[in-house]
Amino acid sequence: MEATLFYILAAVLLIGILLAITARQVVRSIVYLVTSFFALALMFYLLGAPLIAAFEVIIYAGAIMVLFLFVIMMLELESPEKLPHPHLKNWLPALLLAGAVVGSLVVLLCSRLQAVPPGFIEIPVRQFAFALFKQYGVAVEVVSMQLLFALVGALYLGRRR
Amino acid sequence: MSVPLSHVLIVASLMFAMGLGCVVAWRANVIMMLIGIEIMLNAVMLTFVGGSAHWGIADGQLFSLMLMALTSAEVSLALAMVVYLHRRKQTVDTDQFDSMKG
Repeated sequence: MEATLFYILAAVLLIGILLAITARQVVRSIVYLVTSFFALALMFYLLGAPLIAAFEVIIYAGAIMVLFLFVIMMLELESPEKLPHPHLKNWLPALLLAGAVVGSLVVLLCSRLQAVPPGFIEIPVRQFAFALFKQYGVAVEVVSMQLLFALVGALYLGRRR
Repeated sequence: MSVPLSHVLIVASLMFAMGLGCVVAWRANVIMMLIGIEIMLNAVMLTFVGGSAHWGIADGQLFSLMLMALTSAEVSLALAMVVYLHRRKQTVDTDQFDSMKG
């Protein structure tokens, strides 16, 4: 049952991303991406990470993608038909690179067919929080400094002169 | 749940390949390039969470949390830069920004 749900969510995720990277307008691409990030959040929940699933919905779908939407609406881009759309010439190296990644994946899977035993261990939020604030306390401080620097940098870049 | 780890890794690598293709193909639009970077970072997060669930250690989830903080910092700076560039040249086409004059 859960495995079936996982595969359905994986299909939704991959189709949503495929539609997002081939969309003609940026706003549509953002909406497709929000859909696929919701599917990704459910996959995180199935993998035993409820906190990361909640953060995925709140931070990614709720904040970062809405920030993208704000900027797109604010920029008043000219009509979307006039925006340059990649030709086949531009898609060719992209397909080549993606094909290289997928091909190496196939080679890797064919060479090592012995399967790891299935089954995932759920990690409770208590263990997560313990590791976060006891073991990686310095990293939390570093991340907070990094967010402060990003805030100052964004203010500097965005000021009117 | 009884999904092997390799299937999670397959999904993550397909996602990464699509994000890479997005960055390479949409060289004419800065915002689509940023979206491609987002897709790639999410693929990495899926890999981290899958490994964390497979070995039962919380470190992978921790690193995906750090990755989320890094991504929000990166996106705020990059979008501020997009607004700045658009104010200068009224376009988001990367081919227009080919000079390094201060």
